[in-house]
Amino acid sequence: MTAALDWTAIIVFAALFSFVTLLGFFAARWRKGDLTQLNEWGLGGRRFGTVVTWFLLGGDLYTAYTFVAVPALMFGAGAVGFFAVPYTILVYPILFVVFPRLWSVSRKHGYVTAADFVRGRFGSGTLALAIAVTGIVATMPYIALQLVGIEVVIAGLGIHGEAPLIIAFVILAAYTYTSGLRAPAMIAVVKDLLIYITVIAAVIIIPAELGGYAKIFASVDPKNLLLATPVGKNLGAQSAYATLALGSALALFLYPHAVTGVLSSSSRHVIRRNAVALPAYSVALGLISLLGYMAVAAGVKSNPAFADGFKEFGANYAVPALFLQMFPSWFVGVAFAAIAIGALVPAAIMSIACANLFTRNIYREYLDPNCAPARESQVAKIASLVVKVGALFFIIALPTSYAIELQLLGGIWIIQTLPAVLLGLYTRWLNPWALLTGWAAGIATGTWMAAELNFAKSIYALHIFGWTVPCYAALSSLLLNIAVSVVLSALLNMVLRTRVDATVAEDYV
Amino acid sequence: MAEGGKARRRFRLVHLLLIVPYIAVLWVPYFNRAEPALAGVPFFYWYQMLWIVLGAALLWPIYWVEERGNKNANKNDGA
Repeated sequence: MTAALDWTAIIVFAALFSFVTLLGFFAARWRKGDLTQLNEWGLGGRRFGTVVTWFLLGGDLYTAYTFVAVPALMFGAGAVGFFAVPYTILVYPILFVVFPRLWSVSRKHGYVTAADFVRGRFGSGTLALAIAVTGIVATMPYIALQLVGIEVVIAGLGIHGEAPLIIAFVILAAYTYTSGLRAPAMIAVVKDLLIYITVIAAVIIIPAELGGYAKIFASVDPKNLLLATPVGKNLGAQSAYATLALGSALALFLYPHAVTGVLSSSSRHVIRRNAVALPAYSVALGLISLLGYMAVAAGVKSNPAFADGFKEFGANYAVPALFLQMFPSWFVGVAFAAIAIGALVPAAIMSIACANLFTRNIYREYLDPNCAPARESQVAKIASLVVKVGALFFIIALPTSYAIELQLLGGIWIIQTLPAVLLGLYTRWLNPWALLTGWAAGIATGTWMAAELNFAKSIYALHIFGWTVPCYAALSSLLLNIAVSVVLSALLNMVLRTRVDATVAEDYV
Repeated sequence: MAEGGKARRRFRLVHLLLIVPYIAVLWVPYFNRAEPALAGVPFFYWYQMLWIVLGAALLWPIYWVEERGNKNANKNDGA
């Protein structure tokens, strides 16, 4: 047993953690609103300006798990892990063009979730239910994975057992309950500052100690440094890389927590300005991914002090090990706090987003159609607690690999809402039953492809005219979904003439 | 403006800029190489990092043109 308790690091870590806890409770009073309204609790009153939205969405999308898992993938598999960079480049043109439309129509009609919009646009409660359930199911394992981020750094501090994790989550649940979206918005500012400080220190100090970037790249196995080139008629790693980036980019803003972040902004201009400003986080992510190579160069794997950590967490331990080896204790505390707090922000927003979906599209739609606004907000608060307890149970009771596999499936599932939500923002021509059939076809084929890969990977090789094209299962199943939706809509539109659209073209601009 | 003119944002040529990042970072064979390296960083890595900045920069002219266009269009209806 080598990982002794590192008291300096623990004290710094605990101090920062306590500070954001106070901030979380204090947030209820910030830009005070009536928290008995879902609009206030679950969307912060739609009042966040450019700067707050920048911190909120940054804290929401660039999660602690990303900061642990992306360098871990680079550490273990090399260049393919860098797909996170093109992925986060391709997200922003979509955010810039499409999501101001969702913001405008939601503001006009008081929509709180993407499923609310689908309900209004296509007049189908069943389709809206499918969208809502997909959102909740895809997000749950994502919340669970944030806990892995906390777990890894707590173990890095030399603390064992599950008590710290449970304490952290109880605190998180309490201030999310009282303050709603205002809590993660405020904490996100601290989290992002800590992340930037850590990243800047890491990319300056560590390469200097390791002898420069050239040496770091030279220490990586040459066959991992670039993607394998196509052999014969198999496009191999290259098509996997491109489809993974594109599919992930298309899926990202369909996630409920991303929609919640978008809808909480105060105007469509805020969203567009953020599409220009948010890539600053992608730069940080790109640099963080290189920490995986720095961990290789620093030889953390062969350091006996980290053997237990690697045994328990695998490659996910690479970044904590690197920090422990290269940084002084007090700064390890800062860096680990950045990761742990970085897990709290998205976990809070995700649980709020799931709560909004449950309340609006399941509870009010099916269980209590005439519920008062205060009741609606109360249900959402309780739902957010249930979601978090579920995630905690997931991580403590089941192997971590389940959460990772389910999160991988979540990406395949959430993208199936694209035709109804994203295409729906541009046209009402699609028929709700056609969309529902397309959604089901996409979910079924996507899940089948993942099952064929034993839920370990999401790159399924397609065979097209004698070519082998490894493709992200989310993307190929989405194409089938769109094809089914369009063809069936064309057929159904010939028979059915009724259109139930609560929105008009002016609502979207 | 014609009736319902505000209901649609007009397509402008500048919107074609939005496609550029997709071509730049999805055409993997082009950048899947080590040379030319920059300060020891292989081409594959610095090229994609550079496109984070270029991708954001490409949104600016579109934002600018649209905001100006809307201001002109809304001059007379007090928006």
